[in-house]
Amino acid sequence: MIKNLLGIKGWAFAGKFSLQRYAYILQRITGLGIILYLLMHLYVTGFKIKGQEAWNSIMQTVHHPILHFFEFLLFICVIYHALNGFRLILAEFGIGIGKPGRQVYPYTTSVDRQKGFFFFLMFLVLIIVLVGAADFYLLPK
Amino acid sequence: MAEKNLESKFERHIKDVTFKILRYSGEGDSTKFEEFKVPVIGGMTVLEGLIYIKENLDSTLSWRASCRMGICGSCGMFINNFPMLACQTQIMDLKSDVIEIKPMPNYPIIKDLVPNLDKLIEKHKSIKPYTLRKEGTPEEIEGEFCQSVEELERYEEFTFCIKCGICLAACPTVATAEEFLGPQALTQAYRYSVDTRDQGYEERKEVVDNPLGVFRCHFAGSCSEACPKGVDPALAIQLLKKTIVKDSVFGKKLENNAKVLPITQENPKKKENIKPAPPKSVE
Repeated sequence: MIKNLLGIKGWAFAGKFSLQRYAYILQRITGLGIILYLLMHLYVTGFKIKGQEAWNSIMQTVHHPILHFFEFLLFICVIYHALNGFRLILAEFGIGIGKPGRQVYPYTTSVDRQKGFFFFLMFLVLIIVLVGAADFYLLPK
Repeated sequence: MAEKNLESKFERHIKDVTFKILRYSGEGDSTKFEEFKVPVIGGMTVLEGLIYIKENLDSTLSWRASCRMGICGSCGMFINNFPMLACQTQIMDLKSDVIEIKPMPNYPIIKDLVPNLDKLIEKHKSIKPYTLRKEGTPEEIEGEFCQSVEELERYEEFTFCIKCGICLAACPTVATAEEFLGPQALTQAYRYSVDTRDQGYEERKEVVDNPLGVFRCHFAGSCSEACPKGVDPALAIQLLKKTIVKDSVFGKKLENNAKVLPITQENPKKKENIKPAPPKSVE
């Protein structure tokens, strides 16, 4: 017998499934991104122990434009993870996914019932990210 | 005569479709794709295509099917990278000239398109999918349980599960966590727990409320999308989470107390003054 478990490919590839499956993948990836940032953040702030000079030199490295862009990516990760997480918490309390009832073909599912709220949240993410982008790159410091 | 009928049946076929089927001999690790050309007539399902191949092109091809009408749940397959019942999928609906058929993922393959569903059945059994009673089994109680329409609708949708296992093939969490109970078992755990005749919530909670149980679900919703019977497992799992959080955090236990209606000797709805049946016209 062959095991035939999909493994990482199973969750990282959504194929023909709906947008919420893609949201699930993004939620995981952004979560990993935030954890990675936390580790880097602890490493960088750890330089404070080594005195003013070491701190100044690491701050210079951190202010590199590429790292600044990564900071912007982190901002997108946090906004998406927070708002999509909010949707998942509500769903786990049974809010916005409807009630069970008699099913008649074509079937409607909790995933369909939640789509409107999902689009609303994604719209909110887009607006916050646009405002953030303006703050990161356009507005004078 | 039968052969002639078959020939004339496929004479009027719409087009030829290539079936690209993943073959596995049952031994070793090697799998390979094999292609078959199948003439398609209107309304033909993927399962009928497979039957055509077995009857005319390659009799060694194995798959599992029984009822041909979406009741038995045997023919779950990975058709064009989506888990579906072969008997409910029409070839023309797929809108493609090449149909790729693989056995359902997340299950071991026995041979060709036959998955081993032992794990599914084990998980299903583990949540005790039957009515559990603390006080008075149905045999001991004289009478029948009352249930309102609202109480029925709480779980009715989830009773349509045919155990085809498509939800576990669709689930991205099962793909990496094999021991995760999965949408099918969790849905049945909810289905029995909210049934007013059942009192086994506590027993099921022990099985379900752990890291490989209900809280491993992250609501990707793929099970509900793929389910061929509209069972909506994702909804049941979220409601089960809610029930367990209500119990564990807020101390609000789920209690079912279906009233027992005694069986009366006389039918209360019996109408009087009904004319007797007419005499027999034939012996």
